[in-house]
Amino acid sequence: MKIPLKYIVRNFRTRRLTTGITVAGIALVVFVFTAVLMLANGVRQTLVATGADDNVLISRKSSNGEISSILDPGTQGVILTLPFIAKTADGKPIVSKEPVVVINLRKHDGGMSNVTVRGVSDQALILRPQVKLVDGRMFNFGSRELIVGQSIEKRFQGAKIGDVVRFAGDNWSIVGRFQANKSGFDSEMWGDALQLLSAFNRGSSVSTMTMKLERPESFEGFKRAFESEQRLNQFEPKVEQKYFEEQSEFMSIFISVLGIFVTVIFSAGATIGAMITMYAAVANRTVEIGTLRALGFRRRSVLAAFMLESLIIALFGGFLGLAISSFLQFFSISTMNFGSFAELEFSFALSPQIAIYSLLFSMAMGFVGGFLPSVRAARLNIVTALRAS
Amino acid sequence: MKVLKLTFKNAFRHKLRSVLTIIGIAIAVTAFGFLRTVVTAWYSGVEASSANRLITRQAISFIFPLPLADRDQISKLPGVQLVSWANWFQGVYKDKSQFFARMAVDHETFFDAYSEFLTAPDELAEFKKYRNSCIVGADLVKQYGFKIGDIIPIEGDIFPGHWEFVVKGIYKPRDKTIDGTQMLFHWDYLNERMRQESPGRADQVGWYIVKIKDALHGAELSDQIDALFANSRAETKTETERAFQQGFAQSGNAILSAINFISYVIVGIIMLVLGNTMIMSARERTREYAVFKTLGFSAKHVTGMIFGESMILSAFGVVFGLPATIGLVNMFAQFIPKAMIPVFYVEPITYVLSGTAALLVCVAASVFPIQRALRTTIVDGLRSIG
Repeated sequence: MKIPLKYIVRNFRTRRLTTGITVAGIALVVFVFTAVLMLANGVRQTLVATGADDNVLISRKSSNGEISSILDPGTQGVILTLPFIAKTADGKPIVSKEPVVVINLRKHDGGMSNVTVRGVSDQALILRPQVKLVDGRMFNFGSRELIVGQSIEKRFQGAKIGDVVRFAGDNWSIVGRFQANKSGFDSEMWGDALQLLSAFNRGSSVSTMTMKLERPESFEGFKRAFESEQRLNQFEPKVEQKYFEEQSEFMSIFISVLGIFVTVIFSAGATIGAMITMYAAVANRTVEIGTLRALGFRRRSVLAAFMLESLIIALFGGFLGLAISSFLQFFSISTMNFGSFAELEFSFALSPQIAIYSLLFSMAMGFVGGFLPSVRAARLNIVTALRAS
Repeated sequence: MKVLKLTFKNAFRHKLRSVLTIIGIAIAVTAFGFLRTVVTAWYSGVEASSANRLITRQAISFIFPLPLADRDQISKLPGVQLVSWANWFQGVYKDKSQFFARMAVDHETFFDAYSEFLTAPDELAEFKKYRNSCIVGADLVKQYGFKIGDIIPIEGDIFPGHWEFVVKGIYKPRDKTIDGTQMLFHWDYLNERMRQESPGRADQVGWYIVKIKDALHGAELSDQIDALFANSRAETKTETERAFQQGFAQSGNAILSAINFISYVIVGIIMLVLGNTMIMSARERTREYAVFKTLGFSAKHVTGMIFGESMILSAFGVVFGLPATIGLVNMFAQFIPKAMIPVFYVEPITYVLSGTAALLVCVAASVFPIQRALRTTIVDGLRSIG
């Protein structure tokens, strides 16, 4: 026979403070756990959204990021002869040859930070349809103008339309603001590739080249053609999406490792908290347990009742923690991406999967914390329990 | 004296609960100390920087070079003791995951500017003599087993091509705060090859290290240096090494704030665990406190007993937690490549902070039960059942 749920619920009311504290402890742990998962998810989403799966990005094999990659004009010519590159209606290949540099700008909060400046060719917007101009106009090819991603405009001083940024001995006017579907491009400034090359005295050597393929499936064929070309053996093609995902690797590993580490320690703390509460609950109710047993409730019913109590406390904590962390979605964080050596903005992203993980995690804490005390309760001897003061 | 003994006995009346509470506090103290260590390690570059060194770099950003010719102009300024320079070389050793700092430095002056990198005089002389030689940090030697005479092959990325360097010396960091994971080689070697392969990139310097005679004049001298190159193609930005390092450390600010925030949440969790225990203990003893009051013990005594109990538990937690912090930090240091976080040890201030946090927690945890014990009247106390 089962012990009525009412008994368990009444008990929460009697020991409001202790129950509340345990719920709060578990909620804190679940909050941190969820926040870490959301952050890692946010980084991934941002960088996956940066690339398209039918674009190919070509960089120098040994480079650690776009800024340390160099493609000389000869190589660029060879790459354009490869098959499977998509063409516009009038037969031009959809390619952007991009010099990528970082410049130092002052942030609103006073510190200096790096911003990626990407020079693009005129096909760039066809290549990356997620980039949309939301304010102002596109920069003119042939003049020293820039358009800025919306997260740059938000975080840096002097990065609004009409402002002038000074670098490479020249003034660059900002003429437009774009939105790139919360991708990494939102944290960039774009200008004419040729203008940037000449300003930085780079000749025609760009950092990377990105091109659209006829179909996403053409990548294998493209790669084969690329690799059989001797002159390209210093370079490698990657699906753009994958390239940017790899750029975030260091950061997501850092976040995950630290996050898991912290969460494990936290959960140990919270589990101990739950255990203390449950042991106290058992100790305080020894006579009650004896009475229940004397009334004919089985050992396993007592076990189940205490386990249930622990699980309910944990689940409450889980929901509370999840609810608090869901507010994090309104925040975004910007930090140095070690892959690109520049600031990248991303937000906390909650997904159903994360929510389920968090609740399971809280129940696991409740289970572990409640198990030993419940066993103790179930094993109490009726006579001694009744006699306890 | 009797009260003290009673307090101690009380603290361990429920052995299991006390042990669990102590474990909980110890875990939290460990975690707190560990996270603080991560934060201090991040800022280690700032701490280790010297006040009488200025760093001059390109104003646009760190990735753009400066002409070598700037050197002469800078060294003419009064108050400048020494000008050295370096280039960030990077490259790939073995594979991309093997990260450590690889820099081309001026072989004549670099080790004079960085006196905290200790070198044996004969090794330094050997290093200066051979153009393709390099000096590696003692921590790299530990990690990769480099010996004098070894050849280190590196695939260049910023400076493309295959490079080989011969180890001619090993530098030792002066103390724990100094990075011992750098590989330093002749800037001339890099420059010569650039001259042959891409002449446009020859005679280019990543940044200048300006050693000044008087640290007090750092700000003035910085302005003077920048004024020299204002409106040139390569304008400079000069700041003290400390500010320069701070700028680097700041870039990870958001993550650091998160770690900081988490470390405070941990303090919150210890507070909950200890507070919970104290509240439970005090509630169970409501009747006893009433008896004490009846016998004539004052509020001071009751307060002292509860507070003392809380103190004992948290003190035990700290006693177990602090050594565990050191163990954990050492363990973590083994798992991550040394070069990723070159300076990683528990700073004295971290111990102080952990201790203070625990003390704070023990005060906070006892406030509630004390208040409750004092407010309960003797009659209510005697009547109460656990």
